[in-house]
Amino acid sequence: MRWTLWVPLMLFAFFVGVAGYQLFQPKDEFIPSTMIGQALPEFELPAASETRPGVTTADFKDGKSKLLNIWASWCLPCIAEAPHLESLKEEGVEIIGVAIRDKREDVDEFLATHGNPYSRIGADEISAVQLEIGSSGVPETFVIDGEGNIIHQHIGDVRARDVQRLLEILEDAS
Amino acid sequence: MKRVLPLLAIVSLSLPLAAQDDLPPAPYAYTQLEDPAQEAEAVALMETLRCLKCQSQSIADSDAPMAGDMRHQVRTRIAAGQEPEKIRQWLIDRYGDYVSYAPRVTSSTWPLFAIPLLLLLVAGAILWRRIGRKSVGGPDQILDEGDD
Repeated sequence: MRWTLWVPLMLFAFFVGVAGYQLFQPKDEFIPSTMIGQALPEFELPAASETRPGVTTADFKDGKSKLLNIWASWCLPCIAEAPHLESLKEEGVEIIGVAIRDKREDVDEFLATHGNPYSRIGADEISAVQLEIGSSGVPETFVIDGEGNIIHQHIGDVRARDVQRLLEILEDAS
Repeated sequence: MKRVLPLLAIVSLSLPLAAQDDLPPAPYAYTQLEDPAQEAEAVALMETLRCLKCQSQSIADSDAPMAGDMRHQVRTRIAAGQEPEKIRQWLIDRYGDYVSYAPRVTSSTWPLFAIPLLLLLVAGAILWRRIGRKSVGGPDQILDEGDD
């Protein structure tokens, strides 16, 4: 029998192997933003809380790099990251918050319970700013340079081990 | 442990509730556009855009709040006279090709389009050679081939 007869069977086995392997791979749920390196889109959000003013794109263009934190009072991982945002604030980092689909009283209650590391908090009731910057969930944290360009995206809650890295990226961006 | 268990039960029961906001949906999340032609355009586009929260559904299929917010964007932009492909591009600029179900030829996807064409050509060439040889060789040749 000619060896070429085995080629289709081997190809078939190869495809079954690839498909089988992929079936058992954990699904990657993260969709990274493709806005990294680009300018923050123009937006203007009203205040989400009694305690802080709202947010416009101009607030990011004061020459200092800062964090843009996409969060919500109804989001559980946001509670977990609250102390780490607090320690970033203690390091002198300005954090501007955008609350996604949130109510004023819920935001105030969250801030009273878990701390308020934000200099400003905008209310994004229809996820418009979130969609503009390519964010697909809460919480997400973006590093914005002093000219209002998106430098880095951190998907998921900020943990203790992320604080140092974010500080370095902020340092590089300024 | 006895004290922890009830706490765990409370936390695990409250998870699904807490993970959803209770704000009303965006104005055009569930409201159709008044112009049926524009609504048809919007729906056709929404059926080919991926919901970012529930990634195997289109935003037309999904009840996730974020899918509603994306439908709102699609409908208001269509109503403002934007071309559907412009809106698709606006999303691709933010989330990459992944957000769109419509296939595109790019530097990474061209083999998907090229390989079937190549296989057709190869199959055609093999057939042509076989049939060509048979018609030249006559019936005897065909019997010989059967023993191969």
